[in-house]
Amino acid sequence: MVTLNVLVLVCLLYVAFLFAVAFGADRAALVGRGTWLRSPIVYTLSLSIYCTAWTFYGAVGFAARSGLEFVTIYLGPTLVMIGWWWTLRKMVRVGRSQRITSIADLISSRYGKSNTLAVFVTLVAVIGLTPYIALQLQSVTLSFATFAEADPFTDAPPSQQSTAFWVAAGLAVFTILFGTRNLDANERHHGVVMAIALEAVVKLFALLAVGVFVVWGLAGGVDEILTRIDASPIARWEVPGSRWVGLTLLSAAAFMCLPRMFQVMVVESEDEDHLRMAAWAFPTYLMLMSLFVVPIAVMGLELMPEGANPDLFVLTLPLMNGQEGLAILSFLGGFSSATSMVIVAAIALSTMVSNHIVMPIWLWSTGGGAMVSGDVRSVALLARRLSIAVILFLGYCYFRLSGGGTALAAIGLISFVGVAQFLPALMGGLFWRGATRSGALAGLSVGFVLWLYCLFLPSFGASEIMPYSVMQNGPFGIGWLRPQALFGADAMDPVIHAVMWSLLLNTCTFLGVSLLTLPKPIERLQGAQFVNVFQHSQTPGSWSGGLARSEDLMIMSQRIMGASEAQAMFSREARKQGIAGYLPEPTPDFLQTLERELSGSVGAATAHAMISQIVGRATVSVEDLMAVADETAQIMEYSSKLEAKTEEQARTARQLREANEKLTLISVQKDAFLSQISHELRTPMTSIRAFSEILRDSDGLSEADHSKYASIILEEATRLTRLLDDLLDLSVLENGQVVLNSQTGELSDMLDRAISAAGVQDRLRIHRRREAEKIMLHTDLDRLAQVFINLISNAGKYCDAPDPALTIRPQAENGNLVVDFIDNGPGIPTDQQAMIFEKFSRIGQTKAGGAGLGLAICREIMGRLGGDITYLPGQEGAAFRVVLPLRDGTLAQAAQ
Amino acid sequence: MSAKKSPVFVQRRTYRRRRVADGARLLPVFGGILFLIPLLWGGEPAGPEAAPEGGRTAWVMTYLFVVWFGLAVLSGVLARFLVAEDEGNEEDGES
Repeated sequence: MVTLNVLVLVCLLYVAFLFAVAFGADRAALVGRGTWLRSPIVYTLSLSIYCTAWTFYGAVGFAARSGLEFVTIYLGPTLVMIGWWWTLRKMVRVGRSQRITSIADLISSRYGKSNTLAVFVTLVAVIGLTPYIALQLQSVTLSFATFAEADPFTDAPPSQQSTAFWVAAGLAVFTILFGTRNLDANERHHGVVMAIALEAVVKLFALLAVGVFVVWGLAGGVDEILTRIDASPIARWEVPGSRWVGLTLLSAAAFMCLPRMFQVMVVESEDEDHLRMAAWAFPTYLMLMSLFVVPIAVMGLELMPEGANPDLFVLTLPLMNGQEGLAILSFLGGFSSATSMVIVAAIALSTMVSNHIVMPIWLWSTGGGAMVSGDVRSVALLARRLSIAVILFLGYCYFRLSGGGTALAAIGLISFVGVAQFLPALMGGLFWRGATRSGALAGLSVGFVLWLYCLFLPSFGASEIMPYSVMQNGPFGIGWLRPQALFGADAMDPVIHAVMWSLLLNTCTFLGVSLLTLPKPIERLQGAQFVNVFQHSQTPGSWSGGLARSEDLMIMSQRIMGASEAQAMFSREARKQGIAGYLPEPTPDFLQTLERELSGSVGAATAHAMISQIVGRATVSVEDLMAVADETAQIMEYSSKLEAKTEEQARTARQLREANEKLTLISVQKDAFLSQISHELRTPMTSIRAFSEILRDSDGLSEADHSKYASIILEEATRLTRLLDDLLDLSVLENGQVVLNSQTGELSDMLDRAISAAGVQDRLRIHRRREAEKIMLHTDLDRLAQVFINLISNAGKYCDAPDPALTIRPQAENGNLVVDFIDNGPGIPTDQQAMIFEKFSRIGQTKAGGAGLGLAICREIMGRLGGDITYLPGQEGAAFRVVLPLRDGTLAQAAQ
Repeated sequence: MSAKKSPVFVQRRTYRRRRVADGARLLPVFGGILFLIPLLWGGEPAGPEAAPEGGRTAWVMTYLFVVWFGLAVLSGVLARFLVAEDEGNEEDGES
């Protein structure tokens, strides 16, 4: 006999194996190996989370109760899948082009990035899916209990509640570990997808194995089983037409609207082309899953004692016939079905909850500023983790409340009807330009209320939440408002009744309100982009870019995307625009890209709100309105070309103006420098001349005076020499006549040397991380030290914070050494940042009298060493970034 | 969509491609009708043993799985030949 302990052990081993698979897949994706992670077969298998424990156990129970009707649940998705060219392809394309993170995000984004709608969809999804999660907990619990009953060594089997609790807790931990490891801009979870693909194989294999055993092991062949079906209680084909059609439509709707299906189908989709394989492979998978359901149900009805739970035939048939290995396999199959569904559903729901409910509230409660410092990513991750725990806890509560008694199929259908309410808004949004936000909101509300009233609340039983009198006679005795017989439809099946009224009234309200209301421009724009996604996947810009706000945008993006990702993205965009450094022009294109990137992390509505806080109101340009109005192609093309040209000219003009300003500034500074340098040369000259005259002409000088005057002369001469040295150094560097001698040394030694040579220890606190400085360098160390000394002594000279401090932060990145020098002073004003590396430039009225050559020399040196030095905006003070390639041989190339 | 003029006659290959796409769109409708057919068989039986062939669960099951398998195969064949051609034109062509 299989003891309960063995079963728990098998379970734990299986989970550990899944952990290893998920971890390995995440690793492989991280280092960029693992193209197999993105193969269509993995995509198809991941779709199989449609088959939950409801399929694995419930389908047989369903078949045992009402014959072939169970198959409708799989016919609907089959029809959707073979019609992929129509709907799914469009959904996936929209999802990818708009960087959609969830179904709530898709609906909100379509209807003008409305957060109200997103919140509403999220709430409906959470309430609607709670029964479904409870269903999974219940099935795992039941299967455990089955083994416990058969276990002769256990006197007191663990209570169902405690099993369900531990299963829920375990699933929460797994989901948090792999679903929220990072806030990926794409919301893709390779580890989780790989694990559920594997579970898909396990559950299919397990169900087929049980089926083969039942047909050939118990019944004795195909002919035999067909005879037995004819002899069974479900021999007659007597499915009511309304249920056959209604359930097929319902399952088709749910397949597209379930948040977890949306997650694997659209969000995790790597390539639209994967649908091509899924189009035939997924229907085949569903067919194979349903193939042996009726035989198992028939044999169960025949062999099992009266009153045995038909939901567990898959488990009890092998167990009763002493096939323990098969029973364990079957248990693992059911376990896989339940866990994979719960994990993905929890990820999808937690993304929705954190993006659409927690983050907006958090941003609003912390002053609403997008400009507050600090990283919001930790908040987002925490919000997701908490949401996962809360969602699983809700599922557990529903399990406790409903008493775990209802048949599996009934619970599943309640959830299906709940999420199917998204269908009108979803399909209307994808195919009808006239759908409006108000229409979607009104339709959803009507559908949701009817679902609650007709199906969800009655599911708790007549006594608990909905009193018996209401069920029987309607509220306040109004007969035609009875929850299961609205408007006098009392001969209907409760589920079909709820489906019909909720979807019918939902759709009618949606259409009616949409026809009556006027959409806002942004809704119309989004509508055109969704409905005509195949015509213009490239969306026209809708931001009117302000000026000099790039730095604010960068500060905000660093908080959401993380500092290094944001910096990389900004510098990439800047390069695309032909600008060096980290601050691209805030062109509409750039803002669009940025919004997409951000919406990958926090959802479309929040990203839109955050950007508009900085840039100002998003304007719908003439070009966009043309696209919306669908004017003739020529005018559209002409006007957009004209606009693009105007914009380009404006940009060029701005760049020219900037260049001109720079030149003027340099020329002014050059004049200033000339007067400065004559002054600088004259002052020491004057004193040298004066004191040499004194030395020459005065006879009665004491020995002390003599040496004092001589040392003044020497000091002034040294100053002159230094100034001339700097000038000479710069001209040598600029003309490329410099000779570099390569040495090898450690970064930390170099920094030690530079700090002591700069002589600033007594007035500047220096923060370093020694462990990060263990990097070997092969370069001209003396020249590099010169750069470091310059930056450190600059911080010492110019940082006028009350408690001046300098942070030196080295890191190795893509084969480059990157060292950031960040002080806590006032920083450099944006308009001066472009100037500081120019010769003779000095910021403001300089109090420490440098000649303004230091940073210019630094830049020349770094250029010679094959690296770069840039000003890093958006930090707490002035920040400089030194980049040096770590590879060998660069030096030689650079020197040539 | 109506603004762009699409040619009345297109190359044979383009023509084929568009018809394949039409087929792909029709396939779910076709499948839906096939899945509805068993509803016609559930008529009142004259007696328990006189049940017509179509009234048996075993027979309907066989029918459904055969149709199901056929649809999967057909869908696979169509998916192989479906090409995402220049989408704008294609959408124009069908409107």
